[in-house]
Amino acid sequence: MSIANAPILSIVTFLPLAGALFIAFLPRDATTNVRYVALWTTLITFAVSIFIWTNFDSSSAGFQFVEDRAWLGPIKYKMGVDGISMLFVILTTFLMPLCILASWDSIQKRVKEYMIAFLVLETLMIGVFCALDLVLFYLFFEGGLIPMFLIIGVWGGARRVYASFKFFLYTFLGSVLMLIAMMAMYAEAGTTDIPTLMTFKFPAEMQWWLWLAFFASFAVKMPMWPLHTWLPDAHVEAPTAGSVILAAILLKMGGYGFLRFSVPMFPLASQELAPLVFAMSVIAIVATSLIALVQEDIKKLIAYSSVAHMGYVTMGIFTFTTQGVDGAIFQMLSHGIVSAALFLCVGVVYDRLHTREIAAYGGIVERMPIYAAVFMVFTMANVGLPGTSGFVGEFLTLLGAFKANTLVAALATLGVILSAGYALWLYRRVVFGELTKPALQKLKDVTPREIAILAPLVILTILFGFYPAPVLDVTAASVKQLVANYEAAINTATALSASPAPAP
Amino acid sequence: MIEAATYAPLYPELTLAIGAMALLMLGAFRGEGENAGQLEGWLAVAVLALAGGMLLAQPAESVSLFNGAFIVDQFGRFMKLLVLAGSAFAVVMSYDYFKRHGVAKFEVPVLMLLATIGMMMMISAGDLISLYLGLELQSLALYVLAAVRRDDVRSSEAGLKYFVLGALSSGMLLYGASLIYGFTGSTSLAVIASSVQPGGTPSLGLVVGLVFLLAGLAFKVAAVPFHMWSPDVYEGAPTPITAFFAAAPKLAAMALLTRVLIAGFPNAVPQWQQIIVFAAIGSMLLGAFAAIGQTNIKRLMAYSSIGHVGFALVGLAAATSDGVAGILIYMAIYLAMTLGVFAVILAMRRKDGMVEDIYELAGLAQTDLKMAAILGVLLFSLAGVPPLAGFFAKWYVLAPAVKAGLGWLAVIGVLASVVSAFYYLRIIKIMFFDEPKPGFEKSDAVIAFVMAASVVFTLVFVVWPGPSILSAANAAAATLKF
Repeated sequence: MSIANAPILSIVTFLPLAGALFIAFLPRDATTNVRYVALWTTLITFAVSIFIWTNFDSSSAGFQFVEDRAWLGPIKYKMGVDGISMLFVILTTFLMPLCILASWDSIQKRVKEYMIAFLVLETLMIGVFCALDLVLFYLFFEGGLIPMFLIIGVWGGARRVYASFKFFLYTFLGSVLMLIAMMAMYAEAGTTDIPTLMTFKFPAEMQWWLWLAFFASFAVKMPMWPLHTWLPDAHVEAPTAGSVILAAILLKMGGYGFLRFSVPMFPLASQELAPLVFAMSVIAIVATSLIALVQEDIKKLIAYSSVAHMGYVTMGIFTFTTQGVDGAIFQMLSHGIVSAALFLCVGVVYDRLHTREIAAYGGIVERMPIYAAVFMVFTMANVGLPGTSGFVGEFLTLLGAFKANTLVAALATLGVILSAGYALWLYRRVVFGELTKPALQKLKDVTPREIAILAPLVILTILFGFYPAPVLDVTAASVKQLVANYEAAINTATALSASPAPAP
Repeated sequence: MIEAATYAPLYPELTLAIGAMALLMLGAFRGEGENAGQLEGWLAVAVLALAGGMLLAQPAESVSLFNGAFIVDQFGRFMKLLVLAGSAFAVVMSYDYFKRHGVAKFEVPVLMLLATIGMMMMISAGDLISLYLGLELQSLALYVLAAVRRDDVRSSEAGLKYFVLGALSSGMLLYGASLIYGFTGSTSLAVIASSVQPGGTPSLGLVVGLVFLLAGLAFKVAAVPFHMWSPDVYEGAPTPITAFFAAAPKLAAMALLTRVLIAGFPNAVPQWQQIIVFAAIGSMLLGAFAAIGQTNIKRLMAYSSIGHVGFALVGLAAATSDGVAGILIYMAIYLAMTLGVFAVILAMRRKDGMVEDIYELAGLAQTDLKMAAILGVLLFSLAGVPPLAGFFAKWYVLAPAVKAGLGWLAVIGVLASVVSAFYYLRIIKIMFFDEPKPGFEKSDAVIAFVMAASVVFTLVFVVWPGPSILSAANAAAATLKF
């Protein structure tokens, strides 16, 4: 097969970078051309990624489309996807064209630099999910900070400088600790190859430290309570497309990291520290939901609700059950679609009124009926109403949690109720009520471009709500193997400690 | 009868020495004029390139000359090539600056050549005497260079400060060397090395001598606590000379330090390791915290380079072949980034002269996107953000340290790098987020070339020449005895 030999993952990863280079040579005032080049680049990238998906063998748990090249001595250029990473690649390539479209009119200054930053960011994000070498992974993972820092700082809102610094330094601090852990793993195992490290048995005490170092990075990225404080700032100040990428993709890198590194490589430490993760997850779910209730700013409210939803993800992963992990992945993908859609919805009204304050709105259903309907679909998905994609993930993670720890599951269920509270209240204050504010009188409903952006998201939200099989089928084999490997590692360790020491 | 071929390994140094003297004569006969120094500058670059070519043509073998006083090996060749490159770039960047300030002099390239010979000797020194000769030849030329704008108060102050403190450090170094000689009976590094048995403890006198020697060398690399001269000298010296200081002598001193410790004290690792660890921690933290308060970009770069030396010392503290390879890679990348940043500083010029305040860069992305992007990339790289070259520099010194059981030192290092990221980001913020100030004048062709070369190196290092530099550094590190 020729497809097996073609470096298809490298193509999909570096295609956006090629587009960015092309844009760099376009004249500065050719903004329309710049926009179209960016849009076509992301669309072609999406097409290539769909092609990969159709060729993906979901019955196999191993890595596929593997590329392995010599690079820096023992550090190899190795790429590959499995059931866990495949859909994150699709999610990234799917959302990018929508982001470009969402920035079509709202970004008017320094368009060229903006599109370059987004395309470079896309390359780095796809790379994170494809990399099968520690150093390569770190390169993509950390490199994403540069374009995101510039996107927030240059095209952001009033407090953009503060938000961009906070975003960069928080994430950087978490990541450098992970870097040290990677060096320690390299020193111990003599390789940075991820598939090899997944089967390498690190000593139990070392696992503990390595787990904590990786946790520092992923918990900030995720973000988990109490390390989440950068997120509301970054979300609020970033331009709409920046918020979308931040919520939909960058946060998922944390969850993906737990699944790719923490659980398979450090199973003993994962088991030991799971109660910590549970506690942090439950606090995140309950506390940030309560915080979301009192927000005055729409974007901030959605940002806090993101933290709460990520709580289900971490809870699901650390149940170490098939349902829990499946649910966590599903929840991440669903949140990727729904939170992206919510931020895009905020962007629609922000472009018209240039305020994100909830109090500035009210009764816009009378002027924007289509918008109200679309916004309702996503609000319901955010609440986790059965029939929307939001329900499946939450339900599966709670199912897994009930098996692992009933109290955790019971407390986490509170979050479902609270999310209904803040989401529906937000909807009521923005969409319903009397249309009294004069600024709202002349509102126009969504344009065809905005429909083009939101329609695919509506379809996917409802489709995955009723028929989650396409997602769960892809992840099933890899998740099964992940859980099986974890259980095997735990069983060996307990067998070792239970059996008496051999007589000398 | 001594065969000329015996001295073949010396050809690069001899070329430089003859070239420097010839240029001195040429300059003296051409006399002072409007364009004094231009021809000499380009000829100096040619001499440096010639010496570099000779180095590359040498077979990859280790040669020891003059009873071990002068060692030519792959380690030395690697560092010498870097030093030659750093000097050559500094020479080409200097002419326009001096001409613009009305102090064009032919002595500048000649002095830079002389300093370079000193550095080459330092890198090859296998004996305390040749070490000192190289060091002083270098330093004397540098003192003059720092004060070369003698009508400028800051330049004279920098030269004087550098001279006084440099003399003090030379004194300490000599005192240490005399103690070492007294307790081992030799000035040769090989004999000094064999004076301590493997696994044995060096005598107290030798350790005291080592401490003084290290103090003198720490001054030359500007490592904490002997760093105080560097911000003042960096700020006061003419900018191209500052670029030269940051690029070439630092590399030579680092190479010298590495060779002295690895080749001269291989059995006293625990003794010198704690000193290096202390200097590394101090340098990394000071480089990170003290730079936060700086607004003069040359001063800021001085603190930044103190921090970078701290990182390179982490590689030395590992005391392994991997660690030394890390130092070599670090220095290569550091050289490229530093030259690029100083090229940008030299391009910060308006009608009424040069500016050095970082707030003068405000909104550069809107007045000159290319220059802002170049400085932005270099600063992200200095902060150690992947996939830029600066990240690999850090990886290759910290990973051997972790392997050698110095994980906690590496943690301090990365935490310092987060702090230093703050002030690099602040410059990026000023360039990209702030409202623009009037743009700079168009930069000279050579400056633009140095900027472009450095940023391309930083960006594509990950693809090429990263792998080749890595294998060259590994081969070079292996020639030092462990």
